[in-house]
Amino acid sequence: MSLRAGTAIAGAAESDLGSAQPGTRPVDLMVQASLRALDDAGLAPRDVDGLFAATTQLPMAPLNLAQDLGIEPRYTDATNVGGSSFMFHVGHARAAIAAGLCDVALVAYGSTQRLVGRGSASVQELDPWEAPFQPVMPLTAYALAASRHMHEHGTTRAQLAAVAVSARRWAALNPKAWSRDPLTIEDILCSRMVADPLTLRDCCLVTDGGGAIVLTSAERARDLRRPPVLVLGAGEAHSHRHLTGMADLTTTSATHSGAVAFAEARLSPADVACAQLYDAFTITPILFLEDLGFCAKGEGGPLVASGATDPGGSLPMNTSGGGLSYCHPGMYGLLAIVEAVRQIRGECGERQVPGCEVALAHGNGGVLSSQATLVLGGPATA
Amino acid sequence: MAGAEHRFPAAIVDAAWRDGRLAFQVASDAAALWPPRLAAPGTGHPLDWRDSAGLGVVYAATALHVRDGAPRSVVIVELDEGFRMMSRVEGLAATDVRIGMRVRVRFTEPDADGTRLPVFEPFEDPAP
Repeated sequence: MSLRAGTAIAGAAESDLGSAQPGTRPVDLMVQASLRALDDAGLAPRDVDGLFAATTQLPMAPLNLAQDLGIEPRYTDATNVGGSSFMFHVGHARAAIAAGLCDVALVAYGSTQRLVGRGSASVQELDPWEAPFQPVMPLTAYALAASRHMHEHGTTRAQLAAVAVSARRWAALNPKAWSRDPLTIEDILCSRMVADPLTLRDCCLVTDGGGAIVLTSAERARDLRRPPVLVLGAGEAHSHRHLTGMADLTTTSATHSGAVAFAEARLSPADVACAQLYDAFTITPILFLEDLGFCAKGEGGPLVASGATDPGGSLPMNTSGGGLSYCHPGMYGLLAIVEAVRQIRGECGERQVPGCEVALAHGNGGVLSSQATLVLGGPATA
Repeated sequence: MAGAEHRFPAAIVDAAWRDGRLAFQVASDAAALWPPRLAAPGTGHPLDWRDSAGLGVVYAATALHVRDGAPRSVVIVELDEGFRMMSRVEGLAATDVRIGMRVRVRFTEPDADGTRLPVFEPFEDPAP
């Protein structure tokens, strides 16, 4: 049974982003985003019968969310595989909808990591044979992967920096972005080194925030408030938990999740009008451009440095400004989906990619550990 | 190792490190494995333990710039037997550690409870 285009995203929203007021709970941001996403779809909390949520701060997140929404869903999934969890949720939600296990699925996220401090919001589980060497995680893992990519493929620090500059150029067009001031390659190269080859500005923001999306059958979505955004393909994969379990530090299991999603969608990277690629660190979009097939292995750095991913470029990437400049509340994946939905709906104002029929949202979790890819399309792509 | 199937990996590694031995696992196809686990990937078959000769090359390297003190080395070393582990390289500035550098294991002095760590130092292979 093909699930292609059988499910649609009917609502999408962010919570308040940035810096939360003292006392704000992660579930408050989840509820706020959920209410906005449901309103976007023209639905109410009581319509939700499938609930999907994850956050590092709440191990049983769907229970918190259901309590505060006042619902008792008949289908629940608390899958937490890091920042890609919400792409996993979309894949699972459409299967549940197709199987008749739920009709309206809500996927939500919220974090107050900036308010409470990253250390307490996201306690790192360390591998017993990595911990003695005091790797600061997840930073160290990404720095090591970047070092290997530079060694094998000649990727440069300036190419890494180009990822952050590209994100900033998009953020300048997004009123909701946290960092919008001009940023140059030189600014990044001269920023404080935190873990060679990564400087402070090669690392994502630390903000509060959340988001939510509402899924239902494509058939039902046609009668709702907003134009449906079809789930054309979804793929998920994971290859390790800790970095020393990763077979090759320069290749992620996005090769698998991407191939599955594209095959199901019957599309290729050339069909994608904009790509939202999880940017926890500047190295990650480079890896995903390669692993998802937008370019060959080793060509991700030169591709970004060419300006292709900038506003007006041939491959618009992280058009919200991404985790590097727009918002990174700990697990960014859900916000990448929200941006893909908005681009397809044509709601992005100054940063709108013209004629965006197909958008890709790719999530990463752990230390390049879990990967999930969504290929989304407008009504004409069915 | 008799009875190894009844001992969890952490205990075996801890005992080896206290002894100054760089233990690792091998599967029946002779593939070297790290990090340690209870059974062979995919098959669930028992794994054997070996001691590494302790020679390898730096596979990935970073220097962590901590608030106070000199940058700290964290590396992934690829041992000649074919497995990769996390460690650090000592004997030179962390920022001077290079991928491809030949290294040899050295166990740290025992701490108060006898724990030792395998760290690495630059090494030059003897001329053939």
